[in-house]
Amino acid sequence: MADVIGSALKRHEDVRLIRGKGQYTDDIKLPGMLYAGIVRSPHAHARLVKVDVSRALKMPGVVAAFTGADLKDEVGFIPTAWIPPDSDMKMPPHPALAVDMVRYQGDGVAVVIAQTPAQARDGVDAVEVEYESLPAVTNPFAAAQEGAPLVHEDIAGNVAFHWKVGGDVEEIFNRAEVVVRQEFRQQRLVPNAMEPRSAVAQWNPATEELTLWATTQNPHIHRLLMSGILGIPEHKLRVVAIDVGGAFGSKISCYPDEIIVSWAARRLNRPVKWTETRTENFTVTSHGRDHVQEVALAGTKDGHIEAIRVKTYANLGAYLSTAAPGVPTILFGLIVNGAYAIPEASAEVYGMLTHTTPVDAYRGAGRPEATFLVERMVDLYAHAINKDPLEVRNINLIPAEAFPYTNPFGLQYDSGNYQGALAKALEIVDYAAFRREQENLRQQGKYIGIGFSTYVEMCGLGPSEVAGAVGFQGGLWESATVRVHPTGKVTVFTGASPHGQGEETTFAQIVAQELGVPPEDIEVVHGDTSKIAMGWGTYGSRTTVVGGAAIHLADQKVIAKARKIAAHKLEVGEDDVEFEQGIFSVKGLPARAVTFQEAALDAYLAWSLPAGMEPALEGTAFYNPENFTYPFGTHIAIVSVDPDTGDVELMRYVAVDDVGVVINPMLVEGQIHGGLVQGIGQALYEGVEYDTNGQLMTGSFLDYAMPKARFFPKFETAHTTTPSPHNPLGVKGVGETGAIASTPAVVNAVMDALAPFGIQDLPMPLTPRKVWQAIASKGGHMHVHDAI
Amino acid sequence: MFTTPFDYRNAHSVQDVIEWLQEDPDNTKILAGGHSLLPLMKLRLSTVSHLIDIGQIPELQGIVLSDNELRIGAFTRYVQLVRDPSVALAAPLVAEAARVIGDLQVRNRGTIGGSLCHADPAADLPAALLALGAELEIAGPAGKRREDIDSFFLAPFITTLAPGEVLTAIRIPRIAQGARSIYLKRPHLASGYPIIGVAAWVVLRDAQVDSCRIAITGIGSVPFRAFSAEQMLVGQTFTRDVILRAAEQVASDQSFDDDDDGYKANLCRVYVTRALAALGNQG
Repeated sequence: MADVIGSALKRHEDVRLIRGKGQYTDDIKLPGMLYAGIVRSPHAHARLVKVDVSRALKMPGVVAAFTGADLKDEVGFIPTAWIPPDSDMKMPPHPALAVDMVRYQGDGVAVVIAQTPAQARDGVDAVEVEYESLPAVTNPFAAAQEGAPLVHEDIAGNVAFHWKVGGDVEEIFNRAEVVVRQEFRQQRLVPNAMEPRSAVAQWNPATEELTLWATTQNPHIHRLLMSGILGIPEHKLRVVAIDVGGAFGSKISCYPDEIIVSWAARRLNRPVKWTETRTENFTVTSHGRDHVQEVALAGTKDGHIEAIRVKTYANLGAYLSTAAPGVPTILFGLIVNGAYAIPEASAEVYGMLTHTTPVDAYRGAGRPEATFLVERMVDLYAHAINKDPLEVRNINLIPAEAFPYTNPFGLQYDSGNYQGALAKALEIVDYAAFRREQENLRQQGKYIGIGFSTYVEMCGLGPSEVAGAVGFQGGLWESATVRVHPTGKVTVFTGASPHGQGEETTFAQIVAQELGVPPEDIEVVHGDTSKIAMGWGTYGSRTTVVGGAAIHLADQKVIAKARKIAAHKLEVGEDDVEFEQGIFSVKGLPARAVTFQEAALDAYLAWSLPAGMEPALEGTAFYNPENFTYPFGTHIAIVSVDPDTGDVELMRYVAVDDVGVVINPMLVEGQIHGGLVQGIGQALYEGVEYDTNGQLMTGSFLDYAMPKARFFPKFETAHTTTPSPHNPLGVKGVGETGAIASTPAVVNAVMDALAPFGIQDLPMPLTPRKVWQAIASKGGHMHVHDAI
Repeated sequence: MFTTPFDYRNAHSVQDVIEWLQEDPDNTKILAGGHSLLPLMKLRLSTVSHLIDIGQIPELQGIVLSDNELRIGAFTRYVQLVRDPSVALAAPLVAEAARVIGDLQVRNRGTIGGSLCHADPAADLPAALLALGAELEIAGPAGKRREDIDSFFLAPFITTLAPGEVLTAIRIPRIAQGARSIYLKRPHLASGYPIIGVAAWVVLRDAQVDSCRIAITGIGSVPFRAFSAEQMLVGQTFTRDVILRAAEQVASDQSFDDDDDGYKANLCRVYVTRALAALGNQG
């Protein structure tokens, strides 16, 4: 059997998913099930004067209706699970249904429960709510200004926390030859998973157990948080994530809706389902990014970066979502030096409350915001000292011999060869030829540009000791059980919770490789707290890195036991047994052999086991990583800008990523493509806008520009392989690299194209109108170029 | 996404529709392809008590080509416009515009009559039909009438259709012999609707403009004809300078909402120029 690790196996899960046979939460139908609809505030900020459900209760099919007042004594506040250390964080109370104030458009004020979804929807319209509208603030910088409307009366200045890391860089800035300053707006994004959120709750009065099926990336974290919120002990609470259709971070959070249906199912003693509409997905499911960043870089005239200083106003929304405070701090501030050997750095973050949808992790979560600013600053610095951006990168990239490299914040980058990835990218793109062509085209009034992103990111969340040190209210190890059945078939239980990434396939590949069992004999089970003792879920590109490593450890336990059984059967010492491709054989005597399947059967029959050995064959392991992993690479974007319209066309996109050992190249390719589309989407198309009253102006696919396949050229991808030295599989994680690296590459390319107009920076997304305005304001190009 | 409750009736004749429309005119809507109406109802932006389905009315179907004109039944779906050989022959501009509407699902459902009556200022077909000088057949309680499409659109989502009236067919004069035509669309990145769509045709005789039409959708509050630019072009040699002047004329004749920066006027200039330049390069 050829190596399974490294082969492009087709996705096992696709057999059901692409045939429409997947089981999503909304597919669940239980006898007697009721349907919930939630009454949501149309105002971003208002006092609740009256919430009257009496008319709704008279509507056909309506069984019950509850308000915040009904829940408040029985349902606890929803906590965040991340408290940045030394930040003096204030956690605003977050009730599942608003009690006297609403704080963002979409904040829930009542729930109507009916016999059909349509009746629930009609019931929602029948609830009478009187609001006293109040001024709102949506921008995180504006929220920090004197006199800004307060989101929570008890939190002065809307500052949920102030967090600062790094050294004192002022002295360097005072004496530096060159200082470059720039403000960046990391615009707010909507994650837009294909499957909207859904929750079904069922109460069993006999056992007093609650089961919640929910669209979640982390069922065990949900169970932990919900047991506290609902007062149901953990062992009486089961959370199940069946097939989940994408998340990108938006299904980490423990949401009010899930709590409301759980409480209502118990109260009514009937199963209750809630499924969000696409409109609700835009308005109440967590958003991503949203920073105002003030950045300064100090360097020498000859291109050596000496320090970087970042001050960020990070928008957290109206309440603190589950992972929200960790995203703009730990996952952002600690890596603002990027892939560069910058001796000194500091990062200061104001976590701001605003009258907007709560913000949480979104693909990359903090690292895109950090990578963007450093990659953009390198280009601005190069421009300031009149050097080529590539040359400045070559001067400052961390050299390969410096690994493990400790960055200014104490992170230890595990391994890397940044120059190797850059060299590979430059094999694909002829840089000198591009610059010649660019010059020629400029003479003809045509504008093309090239942009680099020589990025590094941190993923594989993470060492639990570090999780604790940085304020994450949980561990970040992962569990695995590899259960071999008497026939040698295998069930793998993982505490990770993949929701589209394809680990049912990659995990089977790991087990197939290590146990020598055909992949089709392996089933991967995830996402059910009743089947998996504990786990921390899927986010932060941790699933294969941490969950996969746990499986590897469990495999070793299985092999060790099976080897003893085989040796016993072969009547030789354990050390005389070799194990390769599923066969135990006596060293030097390959004919004397026992298959893995035979050993498994022996383990279960237990007719003749080594003395003292327990029957059965399974291994359980808990892997607590030593460190984060640090994928890296070089991305190159080539764009053309049409000065007549401001249109940006992405002509070429080259991504050279080093994600360590690749288990399934096809899935890695897919992850990179998806990430690129989302990262480039941020650069060019996507962005949430609120009006001055806090109304979401981009609340549907009519207004919010999701990238479409036709917007993109064929991506040119390649890899270098630098295994992670501390991960047993050598893997580094790939789920977020595309989204992290691509945004600045594209913006750098557009700015390079616009250089002749004297334009150095524009806020994202770089929409045609914005680009055209910039060109027009620089007096360039008001006439039409088309030849006839 | 659930609509408010409504009742649904399936009409079998235009007469059914006219009668039923009069029963509760303020709360009744005609259902054609439904791709604009149903989303509005599901979002509860439109609350309709009665829906009249016109999908099974023979009088509203079919495409007939006669010597001088093409008659397209109001219930003709976009996909039929794209595929029909007589449309390709007599009014290729209509097929070209229909081809870039929405996506395949939309084209499989949406109808030409639905698009016109909904009167979304960002619809594609009106530009092509204005450029071709289409005439609309309308039936109502007072009998049948015909209306030139130039006067049909009054304001966004408002037409001259009176309560109880039904659009039954669109009559399009055969495009002039030797005409070159184009529909040039700039789709919105999110919605795919035209930010601007320019429909134009020109007949050149010895490089001079013998006749031409330009109609524009998406960028104004209603789709419009560029009359003065058309007049300016006739008799002129079809050169780059002439095209640029015509485009400038189109842009300066119009005032655009939300256009302090002049971007929309610029797009108008650029797209008219590009459309006309492409016609110059055809043939």
